Amino acid sequence: MLEARATALASRSIKTTTKRVGIDLAIACVDLTTLEGRDSAGRVRSLCIRAMHPDPSDATVPHVGAVCVYPNLVAVARETLGTSAVHLASVATAFPSGQAEMSVKLADTEQALAAGADEIDMVIDRGAFLEGNDRKVATEIEAIKELCHGRAHLKVILETGELGSYENIRRASDLALHAGADTIKTSTGKIGTNATLPTALLMCEAIRDFADRTGELRGLKVAGGVRTTKQALAYLVVVNETLGADWLTPDRFRIGASSLLDDLLMQRQKERSGRYAGNDYISKD
Amino acid sequence: MTVALAFDYAPAPETTRPHIRDEYGLFIDGRWTRAHNNRQFATVNPATEEFLASVAYASELDVDAAVKAARKGYEKYWSKLTPAARAKYLYRIARSITEKGRELAVLETMDGGKPIRESRDFDIPTAAAHFFYYAGWADKLRYASRNGADALPLGACGQIVPWNFPLLMAAWKLAPALACGNTVVLKPAETTSLTALALADIIAQADLPPGVVNIVTGPGETGRALVSHPDIDKIAFTGSTEVGKQIMRSVAGRDIRLTLELGGKAAHIVFADAPLDQAIEGIISGIYFNQGHVCCAGSRLLVEESIHDEVVARLLRRLQTMRLGDPLDKNTDIGAINSAEQLARIQELVASGVAQGAQLHSQPFSAPDRGYWFPASFFTGVTQSHRIAQEEIFGPVLSILTFRTPDEALSKANNTPYGLSAGVWTSSGSKNMWIAEHLRAGVVWCNTYNRFDPASPFGGYRESGFGREGGVHGLREYLQHA
Repeated sequence: MLEARATALASRSIKTTTKRVGIDLAIACVDLTTLEGRDSAGRVRSLCIRAMHPDPSDATVPHVGAVCVYPNLVAVARETLGTSAVHLASVATAFPSGQAEMSVKLADTEQALAAGADEIDMVIDRGAFLEGNDRKVATEIEAIKELCHGRAHLKVILETGELGSYENIRRASDLALHAGADTIKTSTGKIGTNATLPTALLMCEAIRDFADRTGELRGLKVAGGVRTTKQALAYLVVVNETLGADWLTPDRFRIGASSLLDDLLMQRQKERSGRYAGNDYISKD
Repeated sequence: MTVALAFDYAPAPETTRPHIRDEYGLFIDGRWTRAHNNRQFATVNPATEEFLASVAYASELDVDAAVKAARKGYEKYWSKLTPAARAKYLYRIARSITEKGRELAVLETMDGGKPIRESRDFDIPTAAAHFFYYAGWADKLRYASRNGADALPLGACGQIVPWNFPLLMAAWKLAPALACGNTVVLKPAETTSLTALALADIIAQADLPPGVVNIVTGPGETGRALVSHPDIDKIAFTGSTEVGKQIMRSVAGRDIRLTLELGGKAAHIVFADAPLDQAIEGIISGIYFNQGHVCCAGSRLLVEESIHDEVVARLLRRLQTMRLGDPLDKNTDIGAINSAEQLARIQELVASGVAQGAQLHSQPFSAPDRGYWFPASFFTGVTQSHRIAQEEIFGPVLSILTFRTPDEALSKANNTPYGLSAGVWTSSGSKNMWIAEHLRAGVVWCNTYNRFDPASPFGGYRESGFGREGGVHGLREYLQHA
């Protein structure tokens, strides 16, 4: 039924005003990401500038939610972003595998924070989780949370594609929320299975139940494989109908993506002009 | 940053407009003919009460002409064709339904009130799937008869279908009958004739020999004439238990085959160890699919006492997101009630539930100015002795009861004159198997609901009827000695 419900939600027809609102909302929720071995200072600088002004020809386009880079490039990004409202996220804790000693993970995180990151995307220890060592998973999240306290927003990556079942994804979501995750995130984007609509729906249910029990509103981030406006709108529908309008804000919903912004801008231009101007009318980095 | 406007779905109406004629005749012997004395009745759009078309009112004389045509079609053409040739026609019909899918979906929604999302994604594709499936059987019928006997057709069959899934029910009936080599007189329901008549056009374009499929429109009286016709070899009926009983009485003493698919009051059992969010979606689909106009609707929810309050709270919250309105809007979840008469029946039963002390909960609802509407609703505080726990409401209204042990769940579930379908939600495989084995219902869905496939048989126990449709079982109802 989870998949059937996700399919039904994906078939919502988003048109006219709703589509325009949805596109702007999706742009504001993008975590513009570059996480590659060949990332350089220049690449990160141009990404930051694009994050602040996604469409140089149209000032009404909102800035994206955040830029997301590796810890060693945080300083460069902070310099470029300055005091801009665009958040600066960094992956940490031995991203993407999470296979490192706790001391390394803490140092990794501290380095990113010290360099100016105000959001940390940590990964859980999937090995420990699958061994049944929930305590270890929770302890790590708690330790990183303590480090971030008052300094950064903590997103916890479950890497759902490695967890093997919806039951495990739900259990990992509950675990992360109880251990202090401000946001739970689907994937690293580094393995074959990325965010899917049913997975996002399941995580929304966990966030909703957590809010019911505690009154605290935690966030969701979907990452990996979201490339088109249509996909992004489907995620907005899932959040809207499962969590409600309180979650339709970059504070509680993010989409981690690198190429999605191109399509969002192209569709935005099309909604306004009635025509597709084409790829060359979108500035890319 | 905050977004100024709410993310509230703008109307997304389906813009395809099917061609609807001003008036429709009867499809008899491969030709459109007027009814005797040119009698007609109007068919309306239940969402707007607008007139859609005048439809021929078939009298006893017209039904007689149709049966004669079916007999002639059987003897002269259909029984002389090779099985593979019959299959060719069925494949042609299946492809044509698929090609005209959008137009048929809109027509179904306009005539019957169901959401376009359902007619587009379920009714029409499943109707085509039945034709495809049974086309494949036409030249393999020996494998359908139990003892390897020759698979011989019955002859001319009378088929009467209901208004809840008009084209799909017509497909369920026509496809196996034709694949087996029978000819047919089909009578669609009075309020929803249009897609059956569109199917007549498809059949004519597929070049089926005259008389193989005849379609007669009209009210119950037309159906009665068909049932009592002396030259019919089989009656297949889907509809209410009350009419089913009348049909059974009227065919008593005649050498005639009969299958009945009647009402239901399905138990939908949710144990405390069920995945609750999944179960909620199952419950929603079980009762609100097609406004609850579903004979296998999960209309009696049996919830383990320990999770009753939580299930009710979650259901209530989920009802807030149900979208009731224009059936042609692609975002509509709950469309219009099929007819004024059905709306009155739902209202009467709901009033009895309130009068007998059950608590009614409904989605926020302001009825459009015109048309027939009822909000998605459920009753709590229902007991087995309430009318709403016993009688089929056939509307978007669920009755919630509780149980304490699996034994109690089972005995409450089986405590009904019906036995068409049931649903069970539990994470325990053994509990699932045990209860499925002991439920007296034709279909038991485990941790899901409302799944259909042409290869899977469907049918009831006791007052839900007898005979099976779908799968190899569905063929045996149209073969001799099978």
